[in-house]
Amino acid sequence: MTNLNKLEAYQLSCVRDDRVLFSELDFTLNSGHVLLIEGANGAGKTSLLRILTGFRRAESGNLFWNEELIENSVHFYQDTAYIGHNNGLKVALTAQENLRYAQALSSTTLSIDEAMAQVGLDGYQDTLVRLLSAGQQRRLALARLLCTHKPLWILDEPFTSLDRASIQLFEQFIETHANQGGLVIMTSHHETQLPHTLMQKIHL
Amino acid sequence: MFMRFIYKFSSPPYFYAISGKMLPWLTALFLVLLGYGLYGGLVTAPADYQQGDSFRIIYVHVPAAWMSMFIYVVMAISGGIGLIWRIKLAEIVSISSASVGASFTFLALVTGSLWGKPMWGTWWVWDARLTSELLLLFLYLGVIGLYSGIEDKRTASRAVAILALVGVVNIPIIHYSVEWWNTLHQGATVTKLDKPSIHIDMLIPLLFMAGAFKVYYLIALLLRSRNELLEREQNAKWIDELLEEVK
Amino acid sequence: MKTSSLLNAFGAVIKRDLLLAYRFRAELINPLAFFVMVITLFPLALGAEIALLKRIAPAIIWVAALLASLMSIENLFRADYDDGSLELMVMTPHPLSILVMAKVMGHWLTSSVPLLFIAPLMGMMLHMDADIIGVLMLTLLLGTPVLSLIGGIAVALTLGLRKGGALLAILVLPLYVPILIFASSAIDAAMTGFPVSGHLSMMCAILFLALTLTPLPTAAALKMSLS
Repeated sequence: MTNLNKLEAYQLSCVRDDRVLFSELDFTLNSGHVLLIEGANGAGKTSLLRILTGFRRAESGNLFWNEELIENSVHFYQDTAYIGHNNGLKVALTAQENLRYAQALSSTTLSIDEAMAQVGLDGYQDTLVRLLSAGQQRRLALARLLCTHKPLWILDEPFTSLDRASIQLFEQFIETHANQGGLVIMTSHHETQLPHTLMQKIHL
Repeated sequence: MFMRFIYKFSSPPYFYAISGKMLPWLTALFLVLLGYGLYGGLVTAPADYQQGDSFRIIYVHVPAAWMSMFIYVVMAISGGIGLIWRIKLAEIVSISSASVGASFTFLALVTGSLWGKPMWGTWWVWDARLTSELLLLFLYLGVIGLYSGIEDKRTASRAVAILALVGVVNIPIIHYSVEWWNTLHQGATVTKLDKPSIHIDMLIPLLFMAGAFKVYYLIALLLRSRNELLEREQNAKWIDELLEEVK
Repeated sequence: MKTSSLLNAFGAVIKRDLLLAYRFRAELINPLAFFVMVITLFPLALGAEIALLKRIAPAIIWVAALLASLMSIENLFRADYDDGSLELMVMTPHPLSILVMAKVMGHWLTSSVPLLFIAPLMGMMLHMDADIIGVLMLTLLLGTPVLSLIGGIAVALTLGLRKGGALLAILVLPLYVPILIFASSAIDAAMTGFPVSGHLSMMCAILFLALTLTPLPTAAALKMSLS
């Protein structure tokens, strides 16, 4: 991932049910940086992520991916991966089938076996996702990020339902991704320490 | 130039002020048109040589049927404008039209059925126009149901706009397929709604009634849009200023 | 780095949905059983007079197919919406409307094609003549994809709703009217000995119209439901 990428937000505001969640939000996120969005429940963290993924339109303001408006950019969805509250996995398919589907929809980097080995799921290739634990499913979602070419990761509460070891693993991959020139946007409501990265914070 | 006018007119405070000024004039115009239309239709127009006085229901039925189609098209166009240019007022006009349009459709159905009784001897005939009108009512009900089902009103407006656009593409297809079905299954029986020609004394009041219905729609639309606007913009500064003035 | 072509993605979506349908193969029976049940109700309600059944058989079979399609279409995007894979499908370099078409095609293959196989049997049970059954099959072949395509719009629109079921029927059924009319009048024409090619070309036209036009609003509605 040698290309430099940039996500810029100008004057974003969001209204939900007649309540202003945030307004006039500006930020610029460059390659190699991690953006942590903090805030209490209901402060609009998920709404902001929905806007950043382009699913929801901001009440006002614009978002640019490499100087292109994200609504008009053909590259934005090519370059962006999202993990929400749900992992986006089909529980009736095996781990490998899930990853193969994800690879067919976007550009491939690592092989499936390598990605699964990196997240510590080696040997589970032919296991149905239904039979994996919640933590393992989260790791599989992470493996999906690793085996597809996605410079921008948008993660909504990535650490929920993970044990300490998995959280550390997750944090380590976020750091590696950022240090290799990727961009990460994440929300989290417990203390997140990523000492080896360039971290920006937004408090809603 | 045109777009600038649209943007100016669609700014909520401007719309609210100007529509408030328009309402009394529109009401007066409506009363004049309605008064003349009713007088002409019920009193001065000659009785039909075949149907006698019962034909006079066309002064309600026909304009209502026209309006039912017209409003659906308005709803789809303004919904499309709202979807593309994200003009809030267009979204509001679109959804405010829905229930007015549904009411006109219902009125057209009821008057059609009332007319059917003396003409066909039965309250309901599967005539092509009545059937299309019934399907149109379902389309309106779908729009209203969808809007009330989605909680976030911005999202709901966009959903309704998509549905209305799909509907407007479908209406001609539905209309012609129903007409075709009707000729296929009814064969020789003449549909009496086809008027070969209409006497000029009958036509003029009809046009006045049509005008009255159009103005009524405009009044209802403005009133509903103003309400909807106040509800959606209740946090906006211009409403606070408006309240100050009222005090 | 290997990039994904549109064709790959299209194939992957269909393949995944067929695989999922295979994993839940017991559920494939449901629309089929529903279809047969609805048809069975008519002779029970009307009486088993052969001439009557023969006359209304095409209408019965078509209405049953319509309802079966309506029932099964509800699940078109529901599972993807619930488990987050819909977001994955949106966030690809490919146009969503094409992937939507793949989803609809997968749905048609798994829920309507089985009906095509059992429809002749139903026709025979309702005393239809063999050549009329042929016309029936043709109308089903041309008409059921349209039902899935149109249904997809309404399903995408009602995705965010908790109780979308009844609303879905109100949204969809008026839009199904033209296809019902053309299909049943094609069969009517065949039964009275008239040529059917006109009706069938009309259905072809509607099919192509639906193929080109419906994926756009469906994709727009899907994006909207994610907001």
